[in-house]
Amino acid sequence: MNDPVDVLIIGAGASGAAVAWSLAETKMHILCLDQGGWMKPSEYPSTGRDWEAKFYGDWSTSPNIRGRPEDYPINDDNSPIKVVNFNGVGGSTVMYTAHWPRLHPSDFKVKTLDGVADDWPIDYDTLVPFFEENDRMMGVSGLSGDPLSPLTHPPMPPQPLGLSGPLIGKAMNKLGWHWWPSDTTVATMDYEGRARCINLGHCTPACAQGAKASTDITYWPQAIRAGVELKTHCRVREILTNEHGMASGVVYYDRDGVEQFQPVEVVIIACNGVGTPRLLLNSVSGRFPNGLANSSGLVGKNLMFHPYAQIYGFVKEPTDSNRAPPTCLWSKEFYDTDLSRGFVRGYGIQFGRGAGPVFEAVASEQKGILPWGADHHRVFRKLNGHRLAVSAICEDLPEEHNRVTLDPVLKDSHGIPAPKIDYTISENSRKVMEHGLARGREILETAGATDICINNPIPWGGWHLLGTARMGTDPARSVVNEWGRSHDVKNLFIVDGSVFVTSGGVNPTSTIQAIALYVADQMKQRLANLFD
Amino acid sequence: MSAANELTAAQRDDLRTVAAMIIPASDEYKVPGADDPVIQADMLATLGRDTAQVMQALDHLACLAGKPVAELDAARRDEVAREFRATGGGPAATLVRVVLQCYYRDDRVLRSLGLELRAPFPKGHVLEEGDWSLLDPVKARPAKLRRAP
Repeated sequence: MNDPVDVLIIGAGASGAAVAWSLAETKMHILCLDQGGWMKPSEYPSTGRDWEAKFYGDWSTSPNIRGRPEDYPINDDNSPIKVVNFNGVGGSTVMYTAHWPRLHPSDFKVKTLDGVADDWPIDYDTLVPFFEENDRMMGVSGLSGDPLSPLTHPPMPPQPLGLSGPLIGKAMNKLGWHWWPSDTTVATMDYEGRARCINLGHCTPACAQGAKASTDITYWPQAIRAGVELKTHCRVREILTNEHGMASGVVYYDRDGVEQFQPVEVVIIACNGVGTPRLLLNSVSGRFPNGLANSSGLVGKNLMFHPYAQIYGFVKEPTDSNRAPPTCLWSKEFYDTDLSRGFVRGYGIQFGRGAGPVFEAVASEQKGILPWGADHHRVFRKLNGHRLAVSAICEDLPEEHNRVTLDPVLKDSHGIPAPKIDYTISENSRKVMEHGLARGREILETAGATDICINNPIPWGGWHLLGTARMGTDPARSVVNEWGRSHDVKNLFIVDGSVFVTSGGVNPTSTIQAIALYVADQMKQRLANLFD
Repeated sequence: MSAANELTAAQRDDLRTVAAMIIPASDEYKVPGADDPVIQADMLATLGRDTAQVMQALDHLACLAGKPVAELDAARRDEVAREFRATGGGPAATLVRVVLQCYYRDDRVLRSLGLELRAPFPKGHVLEEGDWSLLDPVKARPAKLRRAP
């Protein structure tokens, strides 16, 4: 048996890394287990001539397509939005667009403001110091002073507007709509050992330059120097409990596939909104027959994705194509509720600069705008390098029928039951998406775009996995309390996107990490009576 | 005899024929077609995880054509191609994607498009700053952030 540890963190991604780094100053014995390994930037797609092709295989955002040994399968047949993620040290921060908005203050009070869903038990202001700390740790670029976004203080200047930015900006100005350079975790200058962005362009499937922040190169080196232990290729099967209903340890498979038991004082789960409920539901015992921490019955329920309504077109002017980070601008023009639109809540807009030639050819052929035959060459030259995209990131409200359960048949390579997703897009979300598409069309047409196409939703767009172990003060209506501790198991904490009560209309990673730092801070303040 | 994970000679012939139908050679743009031997060799060498889907697509194509696609007259070939794309589902999409991803990384094709023959890393690209004065009207907007009372 392994020696006991004070704190065991499961998952070395966005939130696991942040909580590990923050707790390191306590000098407790902290161990993190991750099912994946350390990344090798020399193997990242942008280092090879076949960089685009890899996105359809070994570097797909879908774990089901990618199928690396570190991945686990997900049955998402019953969902129009497919789960995308990455498993390894750094988690999905290895494979994301680095777009870095925060939830707005209003997102924490949707019941009070709009009479829907629930308010969070914490508010935006509580998280502000942790947002700021996280922005410094991840290294954020951007422009302070956005009139429609929470005030941020990015330590680096924003990405250049490039060729695409002014085309979008002019169109938005003509319409009188808000736009602003995005905060991103792309380093625009050398920062804390990271080299500045050199516009490899293919940011999403990992950054070979190391300019895009992922926690394997931000939090983890510092956490490890501070004494945190990280074991890779260790997949946790279940959390065990003792006669007092406390977590006593975890069972995991080590890199050789050997079953191990790790005794613990405290468990912190950081496995994302699908992996976390999967682990809890797999941790069944006589005392917890419906899964661990599930007396509310809400583990796995209220899954929120952010349906992405995407519209794109092609302008006469050249765009940045694959020669720049894909995202650089956002708009919050339609973020807040306006009941005259016929729905509650709203959406953020994320603008896309373009695509590489293979992606353009494949996508345009699928949409039927790039023909087979002699005219292929002329049309391709009209499309390639001329794409502008508008994506509405629509706020998804919690609904219990949208859920993660255990698949009765599908298992991972260790024989652990895989997650199953049941998800439908709500009527309200549909209306939000339609509104986003209509406004997106106006933007593109104002920019002079033609050959307009839509993805509604982006099918492989389940990046944001939220709400499946929500926080709250009422144990009957939530899984963890207002500082991330399980209502049922007093030495069990959750720090990933599972704890979200509502989703907001923006990419959530900044907020996920701020919450992880906040929970760590709460734990540090309560070390003497953490289990009371 | 072909191994189970390799295309048969007939399948390779049909792949070459359909690739040329997707992207024929062009004198105007001075580019080869997707049936070019170098591009075909790239496809066969890098099929990898796509092999099964491509084989399935080629089986479907063979069913529709009833004989080698190259032996069909032009009108019938176009008809079969349309039906193949409309009814071939995921396997047909995979086959088309394999053709496109190998074609659009060929040196001659990239040169014709004015693109550099290299991986993005380590050289990267230069991105111009753009006109930041465009943001002035937005900066002039009053700050507004909705909050609970």
